[in-house]
Amino acid sequence: MAIKTRTEIRFLLNSETVTLKDVAPDETLLDYLRLRRSLRGSKEGCAEGDCGACTVLVGRLSDGKLVYESVNACIRFMGSLDGLHVVTIEHLGGEGGNLHPVQQAMVDFHGSQCGFCTPGFVMSLYGLWMRSPEPGDAAIEKALQGNLCRCTGYEAIVRAAKAISSYGKAAKDPLAAERSRVAARLQEWRDGSRVEIGIGDARFAIPGNVDDFATILEAAPKATVVAGSTDVGLWVTKHMREISPAIFIGNLDGLQTISEKDGVISIGAGVTYTDAFELLSKRIPAFGPLIDRIGGEQVRNMGTIGGNIANGSPIGDMPPPLIALGATLTLRKGRKRRTIPLEKFFVAYGKQDRLPGEFVEAVHVPVPAKSAKFAIYKITKRRDEDITAALGAFYLTLARNGMVENIRIAYGGMAATPKRATAVERALTGKPWSAATVEAALRAYAADFTPLTDMRASAEYRALAARNLLRRFFVETQGGKAPLQVSRTEAA
Amino acid sequence: MNNHSSIDLKAARIKGGVATDQRHDSAHKHVTGQAVYIDDMPEPAGTLHGCLGLSTVAHGTIREIDVSAVRSAPGVVDVLLASDVPGENDISPTGRHDEPVLADGKVQFYGQPIFCVIAETREAARRATRHAKISYTELPAIIDIGELDPVSSKLVTPPLTLKRGDAKAAIADAPRRLKGQMRVGGQEHFYLEGHIAMAIPGEDQDVTIYCSTQHPSEVQHMVGHALGVPSHAVMVEIRRMGGGFGGKETQGNQFAALAAIAAKKHHRAVKIRPDRDDDMIATGKRHDFLIDYEVGFDDEGRILGVDFMFAARCGFSADLSGPVTDRALFHCDNTYFYPNVLARSAPLYTNTVSNTAFRGFGGPQGMVGAERVIEEVAFAVGKDPLEIRKLNFYGPNGDKNGDRNVTPYHQTVEDNIIHRVIAELEESCDYARRRRTIDAFNANSDIIKRGLALTPVKFGISFTATHYNQAGALVHVYTDGSVHLNHGGTEMGQGLNTKVAQVVAEEFQIDLDQVKITATTTGKVPNTSATAASSGTDLNGMAAQNGARQIKDRLIDFAAKKYQVPHDQIVFLPNRVRVGNQEIAFADLIKQAYMARIQLSAAGFYKTPKIHWNRDKGEGRPFYYFAYGASCSEVSIDTLTGEYVVERTDILHETGRSLNRAIDLGQIEGGFIQGMGWLTTEELWWDDKGRLRTHAPSTYKIPLASDRPKIFNVVLADWPEAHEPTIHRSKAVGEPPFPLGMSVLHALSDAVASVANHKICPRLDAPATPERVLMAVERLKAEARRRA
Repeated sequence: MAIKTRTEIRFLLNSETVTLKDVAPDETLLDYLRLRRSLRGSKEGCAEGDCGACTVLVGRLSDGKLVYESVNACIRFMGSLDGLHVVTIEHLGGEGGNLHPVQQAMVDFHGSQCGFCTPGFVMSLYGLWMRSPEPGDAAIEKALQGNLCRCTGYEAIVRAAKAISSYGKAAKDPLAAERSRVAARLQEWRDGSRVEIGIGDARFAIPGNVDDFATILEAAPKATVVAGSTDVGLWVTKHMREISPAIFIGNLDGLQTISEKDGVISIGAGVTYTDAFELLSKRIPAFGPLIDRIGGEQVRNMGTIGGNIANGSPIGDMPPPLIALGATLTLRKGRKRRTIPLEKFFVAYGKQDRLPGEFVEAVHVPVPAKSAKFAIYKITKRRDEDITAALGAFYLTLARNGMVENIRIAYGGMAATPKRATAVERALTGKPWSAATVEAALRAYAADFTPLTDMRASAEYRALAARNLLRRFFVETQGGKAPLQVSRTEAA
Repeated sequence: MNNHSSIDLKAARIKGGVATDQRHDSAHKHVTGQAVYIDDMPEPAGTLHGCLGLSTVAHGTIREIDVSAVRSAPGVVDVLLASDVPGENDISPTGRHDEPVLADGKVQFYGQPIFCVIAETREAARRATRHAKISYTELPAIIDIGELDPVSSKLVTPPLTLKRGDAKAAIADAPRRLKGQMRVGGQEHFYLEGHIAMAIPGEDQDVTIYCSTQHPSEVQHMVGHALGVPSHAVMVEIRRMGGGFGGKETQGNQFAALAAIAAKKHHRAVKIRPDRDDDMIATGKRHDFLIDYEVGFDDEGRILGVDFMFAARCGFSADLSGPVTDRALFHCDNTYFYPNVLARSAPLYTNTVSNTAFRGFGGPQGMVGAERVIEEVAFAVGKDPLEIRKLNFYGPNGDKNGDRNVTPYHQTVEDNIIHRVIAELEESCDYARRRRTIDAFNANSDIIKRGLALTPVKFGISFTATHYNQAGALVHVYTDGSVHLNHGGTEMGQGLNTKVAQVVAEEFQIDLDQVKITATTTGKVPNTSATAASSGTDLNGMAAQNGARQIKDRLIDFAAKKYQVPHDQIVFLPNRVRVGNQEIAFADLIKQAYMARIQLSAAGFYKTPKIHWNRDKGEGRPFYYFAYGASCSEVSIDTLTGEYVVERTDILHETGRSLNRAIDLGQIEGGFIQGMGWLTTEELWWDDKGRLRTHAPSTYKIPLASDRPKIFNVVLADWPEAHEPTIHRSKAVGEPPFPLGMSVLHALSDAVASVANHKICPRLDAPATPERVLMAVERLKAEARRRA
């Protein structure tokens, strides 16, 4: 199948159309803005997608609709911007001119002190205000999970966020006004062609479609596949690893579908956490609070569930619950596909069941029956935007007589891979679902896990907390009035 | 800020004088991204970039440094080694010669800079750094202070002893006594803008440094020493920092010195901006402490004698560890009167990065020790800790038992308002009722437990090194009546420049936008102190006021003579001056003065009165005054995992007659959250090789917006004017709110204690991570079972 090839990327930067031929696979958007364009309003605070000082908005077409999402420019590669609209702090207001409502609210409510994080906060709040003009505390906090401020204690920023709408209407925003023009432009750019840029050890490709991706990867099995770059970004900024040849797949519609059929939700490998949220949290409610605690908003807007699986991390948050639900994985190489149980994918630390030239195409998640109990518990040092110390996922069905019929328990952070607690499961299966059974089963944890001590938690804590999560799961299945978890949203 | 159209010559009040809520002078620039930080400045053509090469062992001698592959890496121009330092290879801020710019022969912590790559781009410098081959002969490394003996182990600087009465005898004779130990962790500053310096070579020996520093004069001195040139050859400028918090008091010296050395060597501008990881690994943090305490008390819970040992992990060099550990002792009383006290410090040498200043400067660690003692006594006598706190407060002013107001360092507390602060807060936060509600909640909730605590703060204001308590300012009035303001303080977000400009506007009675705030530079105001110790506004506000007054006095003399009116008939009104029966626009009077050849520029100066300190004796008046506050926090903890949330915090904090309540509120809210972070989720973690493994925001967790108390009430107590004649009777507000975060630690402790019916002191160490909370819960449950 012949496919057209381009040798340049094109995108909108604020109001300007940019066409670039000289782009390295590892050039970040932040470096491009600051070094090449002298647009220095976006700051580098950490270069790893955690502090949000570099936050910009990226507009993309999703199901034909133009959506603007906050992203971390520090770990966003230029190659992933083809056909998109980048909006930076310089696009809002200006010296001497009128401030944008977001900016005016931040000024009037004393939302800046040192000011270094401020452009990032303004951009995150701008993104929030566009989709939710009058947000409550929870929405504001969620939108700001990926923005660190060390001066204000956030109170003034939250006050400003609540007041933005009194300064102007989101519908009258300049971006809203030019929405149809931008959408048309982005649509026009979706020509289905492959992009190839660079030579030698500094090259990358953007496949024209999923089949094209399969072809490219099969021909270049050592290529770095980049979806959301929330992990690969750090390979570059922190470890200075070479990623050439890189294949950017963030634009492939064919990987971005999430749908349900016959009680199974299929999630394409390119679906971001943000895009998966609605369906996943509606059909399997335990995913809602979990996804809300993965990274910050910027990371959820970029990061993909497929990437979280494919990178094989022992502390990825999606694999344990997906394993507990009995999810399967479709892998593809060229035209050949195979589907395996997700838990078989994780062979050992740093080793997955993925052949050279093969890629994760989709994950399939059975929706639990109404009678089944399912829960996910993530434990971190800081509640939000923190990497898991330990995460437990529990899936349970009971027989009519109250005996444990089927239980699947999977943990992250407890072993070199996401791992089933098979000994614990055995200790529970076929027994009455009771406190006594649970207490007796706790002894089996030692057979399943020998956790490590690291900066996130000690081995002792991991072992104890992991056991306590089973206790919690049991208590939660029993009902009752007393609160069982600390909660951010309930007022005191 | 010069906007002439806004002047109102009939105004009854100027726009933006003191005691008005002015926005931060750079707020517009912050929100538009137009505020210029050093990395945002346009680089001169040909600018080079530096990257540090760091030690990969914690302690050892360097056998060989092979940087040939670094030199031949793409884009590399030079590799600086210790031997390339033309002057003194030392940046010890206290003159102890224990801190090299680049390690020479030996390394003393994992991450110590050994070489500096200079390359055409920052990226090239970073990549090349990895090609170095350095071999070491490793030596035993001291990482933790747990096994050290505070009396006999190696120290980095002489310890301090504070002594009043006979603590040991008082404890021995007391009806009750107990002892214990507390570990309180350090803290990474996590200023959002990391360290950065850009050096631009000039003619002769000159070099200009743009550096993110709280202490431009010290950078000037250090660069001068490192280059081997006089101070006059070095000019240091800083318009604003993206946060400092003490982390930029001394720690910028290294980057500035290396940038300057490379710039002079290659006759090109050189910029060094370390990556966040290098910044966190190679620069110092808040000191962590092991606090040993023994206390004697009566059956009521009144403390009779207390004996403290404050052992601090200082790292490999002294840096500011002397004054930091001193200040810990100065605050081991917090708001409490100790009839007999012995407090000793142990600034311990370790093979870790040299710890440094951080908001509170050891004071919070001292106060945490005091509050632990209070908590221990409360559990011992079975009372609410708040009762024990109140029982042990310093006596109120004019108390007939006047002897309850002398500190361990023999300064008399003359401005004590803590009784009223606590009474008002206790009332407004509904402490007693909530205490009952929480007890009822806990009785019916097995897994989730609530806790409540109200903790006080008294913070001493002044540098304890008396000579630092001086400041200068430079005020120019231009012929159009606009004012150029410069002073020795630095702006790191705290709103110092806004406040000082308000003072100058007030003095001249001109609108705030007539006062131009300018970058801090050693070329305009020399020999300045660090902007630290909460002193920025107190010192620089006074110096600027003094400068303005000199000019005003000349204007008055001039007008009196010219218009033949007595001096007292010349009054500065808003944007105009009344001279006898006529009013003259300020700008017009300035023009007349200029034509009459009146000097319209002045160098202002201020030194804090009354203070003195004899360190050898441990006696004196180190503090000009104290700032007070209190906070009450309520938390929920999960006894299965140790996770928690802060349900509510109420704060009442004293500001004196606030110069700017909006800015002060920001300092209080931000200080509290930062203090809470220190005591909760911010954990520094070294592995057994001495590697700091929490060196980026992915692993080091400062509070987020969603960690704020769900309900957060902050009230400024501005009813008491400052006891001393401070600038417009305002009080310092930089550091004092930081220890308000202690109420969260104690609320967590209170919640933990509920699992053992409040019979056992949880001895919850800091930071109280979910892990520490859970482990404390387990310990108490086990202890309660054993006792039952």
